[in-house]
Amino acid sequence: MDTVYLKRILEDEKAIRQRILKNNLSGVIITFISSLVVVPLVLILAYLLINGISSINFDFITQLPKPVGEAGGGIVNAIAGSAIIVFLALVLSVPPAVFGGIYLSEYPDSKLSALVRFSNEILQGTPSIVIGIFAWVLVVVPMGHFSAFSGSVALGIMLIPIVLKATEETLKRIPPELREAAASMGVPYHRVILKVVVPTGLKGIVNGILLGATRISGETAPLLFTAFGSPFMNLHAGKPMSSLPLVIYNYATSPYDEWHKLAWGASLLLILAVFGINMLARIFVSKQGGGTQ
Amino acid sequence: MNKEIFSEKAFKLILKGTGIVIFMIPALLLVTLIVQSVPAVRAYGAGFIFRQTWDPVREIYGALPFLAGTLVTSFLALILAFPFSFSVALILSEYLKEGTAAAIVKSAVELLAGIPSVIYGFWGLLVLVPLIRKLELAAGIPPYGVSILAASIILAIMIIPYASTIAREVMSMIPPDIKEAAYSLGGTHWEVQRKVVIPTSYSGIFAGVLLALGRALGETMAVTMVIGNTNKLFSNIFEPGNTMASVIANEFTEAVSDLYLSSLIELGLLLFIVTALINFIGRLIIKRFEVKGAGE
Repeated sequence: MDTVYLKRILEDEKAIRQRILKNNLSGVIITFISSLVVVPLVLILAYLLINGISSINFDFITQLPKPVGEAGGGIVNAIAGSAIIVFLALVLSVPPAVFGGIYLSEYPDSKLSALVRFSNEILQGTPSIVIGIFAWVLVVVPMGHFSAFSGSVALGIMLIPIVLKATEETLKRIPPELREAAASMGVPYHRVILKVVVPTGLKGIVNGILLGATRISGETAPLLFTAFGSPFMNLHAGKPMSSLPLVIYNYATSPYDEWHKLAWGASLLLILAVFGINMLARIFVSKQGGGTQ
Repeated sequence: MNKEIFSEKAFKLILKGTGIVIFMIPALLLVTLIVQSVPAVRAYGAGFIFRQTWDPVREIYGALPFLAGTLVTSFLALILAFPFSFSVALILSEYLKEGTAAAIVKSAVELLAGIPSVIYGFWGLLVLVPLIRKLELAAGIPPYGVSILAASIILAIMIIPYASTIAREVMSMIPPDIKEAAYSLGGTHWEVQRKVVIPTSYSGIFAGVLLALGRALGETMAVTMVIGNTNKLFSNIFEPGNTMASVIANEFTEAVSDLYLSSLIELGLLLFIVTALINFIGRLIIKRFEVKGAGE
């Protein structure tokens, strides 16, 4: 009897040890596999830094591109173009997206809300190249030529779902007591929203807008046949305009080493801008702290 | 007072109007694509999808090489990305919620998600493609470099953040009670993952995979830059090819005839319908999961 009992204890002990071993082993394996995700990131950033830094200088950000064969030249037109196209996209899409988000948070259960939410999700999943076609049919064909404006329309359509969702999520989390308090003092409904609800959620909305801006500032596909690109300095939104992603694409797929260098520089610049705005959004959120509690 | 009532009404009207406008955008998008692809549909009918030749000179358009390219690159990318996204999701939701390792993995995934696709493409073209070419030379197969495989690898890196974020969200939605119950029975960390967390979040993980697939299908720039852009049907993954998105990106501005343009737009239409469907199903599954998670 005793020996059987002892044997069972030993067996149990062994089983437990095995389970612990399995547990530790799985932990190690999972940690190892997920840490491999860092590898491509480090590789990409390292290549960008090493190859990009040498091509970024004063000329690079102040000069126009030079023809093949001539050394030097810059991409000031693309930098200006990116800024204009993205800014115009923000101007076009932020108001409807924010109002749409307010609508969803104010009337969460209406029939139209369900439709808007559905549309928004479809829009969010739509490939950017398809949105490019849409903007081409909508703007480029009637205008008869490529233009920065049509690029902004395409990017604006891509921005709407991001900002709308951020607005809705932020406003939903604002405590109802706040608006009840305002309403109970006889403040009309639209003022409750514009003066109480939206300012309270401003942080989240601005954060959404900034994140959206980083998303669209790296977009290339919808600009290929809308903004199209241009080797000249152009500040007119009705004409073809260059942008950083377009320049990267054109130079990267060219066979010339000098252009590859420019593309590395432009890539580094673009990624610094994207990560920079991202960081700004984070600092903005953490600085205001507390906020919507 | 009257003025207040007026502005109140106007405000509500604006809200509703914006809602209607936003609802109309995808509808308008769909109608636009359908109208624009009418000439191609009329000319080729269903044969468009099954024909192998894409010859703008002879005005023969068949989408099969691109359909195959899109499907193969996307699925290969999913398979390549799955173990990584799955591990990342597990790590961030359970294993190492806090600590340096989790913080590193978390910010790595976030940064990967933030890199523009054109930079992925550029990096792939100048770093990954030469590497593949070298391997192909060593293996004795035609050293294209640019290939279905290169596109799949780049795509895989790009979708890891998406798949893992969604899977992680779903895993963190699991009510803590059932995990605690498993722990209280003496389950080890791994056993709780294996027998509670993973089975409970199956549908959510599947949804994450679907949404990642939707993204992979529509990804354009990175793929365009490393896939080689040939309109011939590939016979293995080491050969160059084209996807629906990449052929649109490449040829849209060169499309001179109406039929050419219309055929490209029909590709866009197909792409839109497929991604919309996949996204819709994915979101539906997640929504169900949310309801289930909250109800228990």
